[in-house]
Amino acid sequence: MTHYSVWSLIKGGLTGQKNWTRAWRDPEPKSSYDVIIIGGGGHGLATAHYLAKLHGVTNVAVLEKGWLGGGNVGRNTTIVRSNYLLDANAHFYEHSLKLWEGLSDDLNYNVMFSQRAVINLAHSKPQLDGFARRGNAMLLNGIDAELLDRDGVQAMVPYFDYSESARFPIYGGLMQRRGGSARHDAVAWGYARSADARGVDLIQNCEVTGFRIEDGRVLGVETTRGFIGAQKVGMAVAGHTSHVAAMAGLNRLPIESHKLQAMVSEGLKPLINQVYTFGAGHFYISQSDKGGLVYGGDLDGYNSYAQRGNYPLIEHVHAAGMALMPSLGRLRLTRHWAGVMDMSMDGSPIIGMTPIEGLYLNAGWCYGGFKATPASGWCFAHTIAQNRPHALNEAFTLNRFETGAQIDERGAGPIPGAH
Amino acid sequence: MFIIKCPYCGERDVTEFSYGGDATRAYPQDPAQATPEDWHAYVYERDNPRGWHVEWWQHSQGCRQWLKLRRNTLTHELGRTALPHEPLSPDDDEGSDA
Repeated sequence: MTHYSVWSLIKGGLTGQKNWTRAWRDPEPKSSYDVIIIGGGGHGLATAHYLAKLHGVTNVAVLEKGWLGGGNVGRNTTIVRSNYLLDANAHFYEHSLKLWEGLSDDLNYNVMFSQRAVINLAHSKPQLDGFARRGNAMLLNGIDAELLDRDGVQAMVPYFDYSESARFPIYGGLMQRRGGSARHDAVAWGYARSADARGVDLIQNCEVTGFRIEDGRVLGVETTRGFIGAQKVGMAVAGHTSHVAAMAGLNRLPIESHKLQAMVSEGLKPLINQVYTFGAGHFYISQSDKGGLVYGGDLDGYNSYAQRGNYPLIEHVHAAGMALMPSLGRLRLTRHWAGVMDMSMDGSPIIGMTPIEGLYLNAGWCYGGFKATPASGWCFAHTIAQNRPHALNEAFTLNRFETGAQIDERGAGPIPGAH
Repeated sequence: MFIIKCPYCGERDVTEFSYGGDATRAYPQDPAQATPEDWHAYVYERDNPRGWHVEWWQHSQGCRQWLKLRRNTLTHELGRTALPHEPLSPDDDEGSDA
């Protein structure tokens, strides 16, 4: 693997750019591996990277039915934050944020992580009180948080609607300065390149069609490219968890698949310098490094595996955006798309063991999968390598709904579409 | 985007309806005798099919009645609708009137 640096760039510039090699191999699958990861998205690739780097497990294959990073890691709005109330979430996502802070160096790949701050807007005094409580919880967990009043928000972004006639008047906000955004594809590609360099086989166009399980123990997977044996199999297939798990006999998981849309406007000079969430209006917005405003809202509202959105929600998102920032009405929407979210019953993920020996599950990411990518892979790799969860993911069990130990950040109850 | 056939009002835009989730889940028949496992299965477990799904919708901007709809979660193709007490299964493709 060529080490990327300013010197290699200069050298390439002086030698006609002929020094670039493939970022990863395209190997044929071997007959068996120590570990197979199903799903070549951000979480699966991160798992492979940390298995190889931190646990010395390099006889690993990542099986991807399409191409690497073709699922939700390439279909999100790239927001990174750790502004959570509940301890299990706070510690997990803060670990993720810390990994983000060193990720470009760790991977020798620029993931363009930009800590431009994430601000949740408050539109009533009780909501601001709620934010103060969450901010205090964050501070107690060692996470940065700052409460902003109305003037504080206005000083940062003067072109929201601060008038008397605003649909939801802005009372203030909760800011996490260390939050921000990153380049989505680079995260997948950086993890892929690093895992490949450590010996992991990344096998694309290889769909898992079944599991071979005997005496409650996984022996490998059937794929469109034949049977591949494995000591351990980890699933990281996001929105498609239910039907992949059903092939292994894990029916009726606490997950529903819904779709979430995202939209991008035409490119502009810098306008939105932070990430803003407008919960009262179901809207959030940031600006990409290319200049497009990247924004979205809530789920489309019904179970779906279709990676396309519906028009009523596009209209709703724009109406909400206009309520917050009327000048948006002068812009044109250039692209929109939808991703399939694996919505869990409490809004928190599942990373851990399954009733089948050697089979591990990574699912239930709701809207939060992108920011979790490093910690998800880190914890999943630990769980697979050690055959037990790490302290950071021991609360995210599959059976927590049976024991009553849900991690319901929003208190929305077992209604996946409401998280 | 789709048009749902309300059994009472006829074909109406989806924006008039509210979603109520999986309609194949069965409330425990005898709640007093139901075990924690029964409640767990009812409250938390879902088939989450990638294909035909029977689900609750309420015509909340119309007659306000609840109905069942058979819909494909992968293609967004619609099957028939039914009244709440009528049986409707994800496999049932008879009497499609959509």
